[in-house]
Amino acid sequence: MTDVDILIIGGGPAGLAAAIAAHEAGCRNVLLLEREPALGGILRQCIHAGFGMHVFKEDLTGPEYAQRFVRRFHELGLSAQCDTMVLSVTPDREVTAVSPAFGLQHFRAKAIVLAMGCRERTRGALQVPGWRPAGIYPAGQAQRFVNLDGWMPGRRVVILGSGDIGLIMARRMTLEGAKVLACVELMPFSSGLTRNVVQCLDDYGIPLLLSHTVTEIHGRERLEAVTVAQVDAQRKPLPGTDQRFECDTLLLSVGLIPENELSRAAGVRVSEVTCGPLVDEALQTSVPGIFACGNVLHVHDLVDHVTIESTEAGRQAAKYAQGQGEAGIPACQMLQIRDGAGVRGLVPQTVCAGRVADVLPLMFRPAAVFKDAAAVVRLDGEEVLRKRFRILTPGEMVRLVVPKEVLERHAGAGELTVGVEV
Amino acid sequence: MSERTVTCIGCPMGCRLRVTLEGGQVSAVDGAACGRGAAYARQECVCPTRQVTTLARVRGRREPLSVKTAQPVPKALIFACVEEIHRACVVPPVRIGDVVVKNVCGTGVDVVATMEAGVGVRI
Ligand SMILES: Cc1cc2nc3c(=O)[nH]c(=O)nc-3n(C[C@H](O)[C@H](O)[C@H](O)COP(=O)(O)OP(=O)(O)OC[C@H]3O[C@@H](n4cnc5c(N)ncnc54)[C@H](O)[C@@H]3O)c2cc1C
Repeated sequence: MTDVDILIIGGGPAGLAAAIAAHEAGCRNVLLLEREPALGGILRQCIHAGFGMHVFKEDLTGPEYAQRFVRRFHELGLSAQCDTMVLSVTPDREVTAVSPAFGLQHFRAKAIVLAMGCRERTRGALQVPGWRPAGIYPAGQAQRFVNLDGWMPGRRVVILGSGDIGLIMARRMTLEGAKVLACVELMPFSSGLTRNVVQCLDDYGIPLLLSHTVTEIHGRERLEAVTVAQVDAQRKPLPGTDQRFECDTLLLSVGLIPENELSRAAGVRVSEVTCGPLVDEALQTSVPGIFACGNVLHVHDLVDHVTIESTEAGRQAAKYAQGQGEAGIPACQMLQIRDGAGVRGLVPQTVCAGRVADVLPLMFRPAAVFKDAAAVVRLDGEEVLRKRFRILTPGEMVRLVVPKEVLERHAGAGELTVGVEV
Repeated sequence: MSERTVTCIGCPMGCRLRVTLEGGQVSAVDGAACGRGAAYARQECVCPTRQVTTLARVRGRREPLSVKTAQPVPKALIFACVEEIHRACVVPPVRIGDVVVKNVCGTGVDVVATMEAGVGVRI
């Protein structure tokens, strides 16, 4: 059993930022475990630009963004162990991991930061009928094959789902020589950024078929074709609208799921809305001393938000490990945070107003597309903050900050809600 | 005089802009909810450019190297640039920002590495 102050699980942007922040807060016994052979997480395979506009005011590619944190990590003398898979976490913060270099290892940590990211929804979650031929991949898996391993998964491609990863892969596959026949989206709008629809589909003449879905998969050994049909308002395929696309590859870009098997087994309570741990203002889960940040907490679209959130998680974990967790701050009434109309997945879910340092950040996704709308924060029903937006879409997470004074003015409130009003 | 429609990428509004062109110059932009639309339409209709990100081969390694054009290049040259990058073979060690292809397709723009190869501290 090895004792560490802070153990960080996952070496993506979340884990890296948390480790750096913990070190900067004075913790000198920080260890990061990562199952991949290198640090950087999903950013290593995101070779397109669009990262860092908020944090660095620069438009960086994924590997460049990651490298800035990896460099800082090493400059500070922080230690990471790659090729190491964490197998279990217990409620009293004992961690078991396995690696080719060290075999089975056991750690005991004063604080743990969960930063395992998320994984892609697969075909099984979609229930498309047909055989199970080769050639059907989650888009991010294909991204990994192409960008990290140097393999092309196919030559004629259909993409199901218009999330950003699917859009990015449409362009990637086209530039590497494949023919992308169509991007098929069930909803009447794309869930990806407009910038990506324009620069990844329109630029290359790839049609975006909205309100369409794949209804059948053809081929036994290798994918040969897919049938695509239009859907009605209830998302049921409309008879007589079938089109057949001859293709050898189908990429799925149909959503991400935070990876919380370890968290659940540790007794961490997980939200049914975000699929990530329920956390308080310190990003602490329901198990004391276990913190969560990044995509394992809730799916982010901007890595900049991941960095900001994870820096806070690392700082809070350091405080906890140094024994200043809750000590010194008088126990206070908990504020329950609830989704109002048009809002989904508010994080954090509970807040102790007295422990908020200067601002309370709140993050959520709009439940639909709203134009000229306002996000309104209420404490026990009374409006305390209003922010106007020209547009709100489910594809873009919203981050609001509530100043500490606002909370102090309403000390004793029991419920905070955020809703969208048009 | 001719007309074109472009989708503004300034924000998620995705305004559909109707652009009127006279003698290759933009004379009017309609449908923009804010000032960014007109500026975008002007650039997009007169000289559309894109930053290209792709992969280059590295001598002695199967894994590719991620690269980008240091500045945007004319949109019409995207495929030509990718082809020229694919013909190159980079010799390690390479660091972020190292030039991989100079003056790609005569655009005056260099292609630079966005990751490291053969220098990494393995941990
Ligand atoms: C394809 C794609 C495109 C994107 N494009 C953009 C963009 O253009 N702009 C932008 O700002 N953002 C973009 N994002 C979002 C952004 O990259 C992510 O939000 C961010 O990378 C999440 O960071 P993370 O550290 O939480 O997760 P990850 O980067 O996924 O890192 C999690 C790490 O944990 C490790 N891990 C998991 N389980 C274990 C275990 N049991 N033991 C050990 N290690 C483990 C994983 O191997 C991984 O390295 C994109 C995301 C994806 C997937």
